[in-house]
Amino acid sequence: MKKCGRCSKPAVLHITELRQGDVKALHLCEVCAKEYLSQSPAEQVEPTPDDVTSESADDLDGIDQQSCPSCGITFKDFRAGGRLGCPQDYTVFEDELLPLLENIHGETDHCGKVPKRAPDSSQRQVKLIKLRSDLRVAVEEERYEVAAKIRDEIQSISSENSSHETA
Amino acid sequence: MDIESLTRKSGEWLRATGPESDIVMSSRIRLARNLAQFPFPARADDTTRAEIEELLRELIKRRPAGRHLNYIPVSALTTLDRQMLVERQLISREHSETQGRRGVGISNEENVSLMINEEDHLRMQVLHSGLALDECWAEIDKIDDAIENEVAYAFNERLGYLTACPTNCGTGIRVSVLLHLPALVATKEIQKVFQALQKIGLAVRGLYGEGSQAMGDFYQISNQVTLGKSELQTIKTIQDVVPNILSYERRVRTALVKENRQGLHDQVSRAYGVLQTAQTISSEETMHLLSSVRMGINIGLIEDLEIPLVNELFIHTQPAHLQKIRQETLETNERNIARAAYIRERLAERHRDRN
Repeated sequence: MKKCGRCSKPAVLHITELRQGDVKALHLCEVCAKEYLSQSPAEQVEPTPDDVTSESADDLDGIDQQSCPSCGITFKDFRAGGRLGCPQDYTVFEDELLPLLENIHGETDHCGKVPKRAPDSSQRQVKLIKLRSDLRVAVEEERYEVAAKIRDEIQSISSENSSHETA
Repeated sequence: MDIESLTRKSGEWLRATGPESDIVMSSRIRLARNLAQFPFPARADDTTRAEIEELLRELIKRRPAGRHLNYIPVSALTTLDRQMLVERQLISREHSETQGRRGVGISNEENVSLMINEEDHLRMQVLHSGLALDECWAEIDKIDDAIENEVAYAFNERLGYLTACPTNCGTGIRVSVLLHLPALVATKEIQKVFQALQKIGLAVRGLYGEGSQAMGDFYQISNQVTLGKSELQTIKTIQDVVPNILSYERRVRTALVKENRQGLHDQVSRAYGVLQTAQTISSEETMHLLSSVRMGINIGLIEDLEIPLVNELFIHTQPAHLQKIRQETLETNERNIARAAYIRERLAERHRDRN
């Protein structure tokens, strides 16, 4: 299956653009296709490197380099793969995600089912994701003493969690 | 239940017992859910994925909402077995092809399937024969409540249930119906249906969902938007539009019969004839001919065959099923021979049963 020309997801829409005798074939995934189709024809022209001013490139870099403190994913990673790393990303990248969500859904406010039990808003969930990410790094770097400490901490927070849940 | 026993039976949703099941093959609702304290599966390392699988497998074992589910560790299966589960619509292609620890809980009737570590931690689906979206929702809502009672779902007041892909956040729901529309395809009227559906934000896909080709004149119609529309609104959008498509398909069928009854009778009889006698047949031709036969039964031109068997043949003649039934690995040419033999056998069985 062909990959999307803008990210690496499988392309599901195959568009042939005919403009002033120019023929351009585009292979896009659902998300990118929606984005593409909602743009005006003028915006659709793919920017050549010359079109990008150094300022906007810097801006883009700034956003792209920002990473989620919990799972470590950058906005650039998300743009490349089309998948977020953890639930926390919706908060970390909120400013970047809201226009995208508006594009996809036409709305940015949930309507419908809500968990009957209030979501655990304590920082514990966030912390657990962060610790797991730290643990992975520690293991990769073969810092096993640090890893063991992190593992203990995860266990103690997890057991707090379950005692909280049964309470 | 194990993989081997699956090949010898078929899912309840294929039995054509639901409303409008002459055209509506099945109704399906799926919900995407994630656990608040873990990264999404693609970002989780092996240990974390294993932990997620264990946690959710335990919940499945405890019969959520009283449903007994058989647990199948998908990551431990062969490619062929995973492919068979995809052909039966019990797991998604993504779930079959991704890496790492994952599994699925399946009810005996194959109506309920709970995928663990797909794109999201949990993908639940309920599938019923015919147009039965209310039943699907009632069932999946209960299962979701039961699981939510035991875990903290990733949920945000503004954005709803949080999912790995922003296209699913909010309700995380995908409502779909699988329609058999041979007359609309034959007359090319189907294009008008596509355009009308696109305008109201519904997607049209083939038998196996995203990116798949429309095979055997089957089309899956589903919602795209999951944020800002409630589950019931989403279901209603589809419930409102399906009767129009059904009456359109029926109108065109009647017109086709009226215009050229003999020609149509000839076409479906030939299709039936080929299926009963062919010695080698591709998957594509099989789907095409089965589609003709299925319509032939529905408009009364074929009388000695029933819909559930035809529905089952659509699934059982696919590559992984054939190889499981024959219990050997088969190349394309060998599969075409095995497929023709299997169809002849099943159709002959049918006649023996009747005599």
